[in-house]
Amino acid sequence: MLVFFFLVIGSIVFSTPLIWMVSTALKPIEQTMSMPPTWLPYRYFADINGKKMAIVPKVKIEEPSTAILLEGVNDGQIIPNTKLADQKGKYKILKDISADKDNPWSAVTLEKITGNENTTEQFFVPVKAVERTLCFRWSNFKEAIKAMKCFWMYLKNTLILCFFTVMGTVISSAFAAYGFSRIQWPGRDKLFLVALATMMIPFPVIMVPLYCLYRSLGFVGTPHPLWIGSFFAGAFNVFLLRQFFMSIPQTLSEAARIDGCSEFQIFMRIILPISKPALLVVALFQFMGTWNDFLGPLLFLTNQEDFTLALGLQFFQSQHGGTEWNYLMAASLLVVTPVIVLFLLTQKAFIEGISTTGIKG
Amino acid sequence: MTRGEKYNLKMGLLFVSPWIIGFLVFTVYTVGASFFYSFCDYDVLSKPVFIGLTNYTDMASDSVFWKALYNTLIFAFFAIPLGLVSSICVAILLNMPVSGRPVFRTIFFLPSLVPLVATSMIWLWIFNGKFGLLNYFLNMAGLPGPEWLTNEHYTKPALVLTVVWGIGNSVVIYLAALQEVPVQLYESADIDGAGFLRKILHITLPSISPVIYFNLVMGIIGCLQVFAQPYIMFGAGTGGPNRSALFYAVYLYENAFTYNQMGYACAMAWILFMIILGLTYMATMLSRKHIHYGE
Repeated sequence: MLVFFFLVIGSIVFSTPLIWMVSTALKPIEQTMSMPPTWLPYRYFADINGKKMAIVPKVKIEEPSTAILLEGVNDGQIIPNTKLADQKGKYKILKDISADKDNPWSAVTLEKITGNENTTEQFFVPVKAVERTLCFRWSNFKEAIKAMKCFWMYLKNTLILCFFTVMGTVISSAFAAYGFSRIQWPGRDKLFLVALATMMIPFPVIMVPLYCLYRSLGFVGTPHPLWIGSFFAGAFNVFLLRQFFMSIPQTLSEAARIDGCSEFQIFMRIILPISKPALLVVALFQFMGTWNDFLGPLLFLTNQEDFTLALGLQFFQSQHGGTEWNYLMAASLLVVTPVIVLFLLTQKAFIEGISTTGIKG
Repeated sequence: MTRGEKYNLKMGLLFVSPWIIGFLVFTVYTVGASFFYSFCDYDVLSKPVFIGLTNYTDMASDSVFWKALYNTLIFAFFAIPLGLVSSICVAILLNMPVSGRPVFRTIFFLPSLVPLVATSMIWLWIFNGKFGLLNYFLNMAGLPGPEWLTNEHYTKPALVLTVVWGIGNSVVIYLAALQEVPVQLYESADIDGAGFLRKILHITLPSISPVIYFNLVMGIIGCLQVFAQPYIMFGAGTGGPNRSALFYAVYLYENAFTYNQMGYACAMAWILFMIILGLTYMATMLSRKHIHYGE
C-alpha cells in the first residue's frame, strides 16, 4: 500500500510537466498568465449591454472604485474611490464600481472569436455574474503551425531523414552484426572490442573534423551529413543485433550450408526473417534518435527550408519565445506526440531493447 | 589457412565492411584529424597552421574555459548521483507487486522519450519566474520562488532537475536487472528474518551492481557532454546570467562555430575526453570492490 502511495506521488511529479504542456497548449494566452494557474482552459461569458458575450477577464477589483478616462489618454484607468481625490488633471468618469472584498468586480474585454487578440474597450461586471465553461483552444495548433511558418516543411524533412537513417542503420548494422557473430574468422572478436571501444569517444572530439570533412564535400547546408553516416553501421546498433544473432542456434546456419546456401543467402533467408523483433528495435531507436536529434541539424543545416522539427521548434522559440507560451507548448506538443504514440504502439519491443543495452552489456 | 577458413575470413570482412569503412572514415580519420587540429590554428577557411601546444596553454589562461569546466563538473556532481539514486528507487518500487505496474512504468519512462528541444521548452515554461508552475507550488508551500533562469545561483539546479526528469531509460535498465535477481536469495533472507532495508542493501544492490556501474559510466559520459538543454534554455550559447549555465560542450561549440577557432575547440574536446576517461577510471577503481558479477 505504501509502495502504491509512493508510486502515485512519483508519477504525479513525473507527469506534471507533460500535463502542464498539454494544458498550456490548449489555453488562450491570457490564461497562461493567470496566477494561480488554471489546469483546465476556460471560456468566460457575461452580460455586456444586455447581450451575453464571450469575455476575457483582466483585472480583479476588490474595493469601491471608479473607472475614469484621463483627458488625452485612450486607456481607461481604475482608481479606488479613496484615491480619486488625488487624481490631478481633467478626467471623465466612465463608471462607478461598487466592488468590495465579498463582491469583487472584474474589468473585462470582449473576446474576438478567432483567438487571442482582444478588443481594448473595457467593461465592468461583477465577478458573480461571469459564467465559465470548459473550452479547449484547438485553434492554438493551427496558429502555432502558422507561426512556425515552415512546419510542414520541417515535418517532411524530418520524415525523409528518419526514413533514410532507419534504412541505412538497419541494413548496415544487420550486415556488420552478421559478420561479427555468425561467421568465424580470425581477429573477429578483437575487432568487435574495437567497435565497442569507439562508443567511448565523445562526439565533440570528432565534431570539428566531421564538419570540415562534409564542408570540403560541399555538404554543409544540405541534409546529406545527417543521413550518410547511418549507412556505416554504428557500434551501438551492431552490438544490439549481434546480441540477438548470437542467440540463434548455429545449427540452423550449418544445415543451410550443407544444403549449399551461401552466407548471403543464409543472412537474407534465415537470419533476417527470424530477427524481425531485433531489427524493429534498432529501427525504432534510430527513428527516435533522428526525430529528436538537435546538435546534428544545428551543425549542418543553414537554410530554414531544410530544418528538422527539433531545430525548427528551437528556431521558433528563439524568435517568439517568452511571450506566446500557449503556441510554444502547442508546437512542442506537435513534436512530442508522434514519438509518444509510436512508443505506446511498440512499447514491448522498445522496453526489451533498452533492457538489453544495460544487462548484457 | 584452409580454403574454408579463407572463405570465412573473406565473407566475414565483407559483411563487416560497412562498419570498417565507417570506422576508418568517421573514427580513425576524424579522431586523428581532431588530434592534429588541436595543435593548430585553424579557422576552416585557411589551411591549419601548426602552433604546438598554444591551444592548450591558452586554455589554461582562459577564464571562460575554467568557468565552463567548473559549471559542468558542479552540474555533473549533483546530476549523476541524484539521477542514479532516484532511478534505482523508482526501479525498486516498480519491481514490487503492486497493481497498475505497467501504467506507472510508462509514466516514468515517457519523459525520457520527449525530444530534448521540447524538454527544454517545457522546463523553460515551468521555471518561468512569474507564471511558472514550480514557483506557484513553492509559494503554496510558503517558500519564495527564485528566478530560476535569470538568477545565476539557480540556473544549475534548474538544469539538474531538467535532466533528472529524463531518468526513464535507466529506470527500465535497472528494472530489467532487478527482475533477474534470483528469488531464492530473497527467500533465504526471509527465513533468516532480514528486513526490507537489509534485503535491499545486502541482496538487491549487490546483485544489480554491474548495472549500477554501467549507468554510472553512462551518466559521466552524458552529463559532461550535456549540450542541448543548456544551449536552448540559456540563449543559444550565451550561457545565461553571468555565464552560470555555460557548459563545456556549449563553450566548445561556440569556439568552433561562432569564433571559428576549430583548433581550440579540438583541444578542448581532447581535454574533455581525458576528463571523461579519468572519471570513468576513478569510477571503475572505486566500484571494483563493490561490483558482484553473477557466477
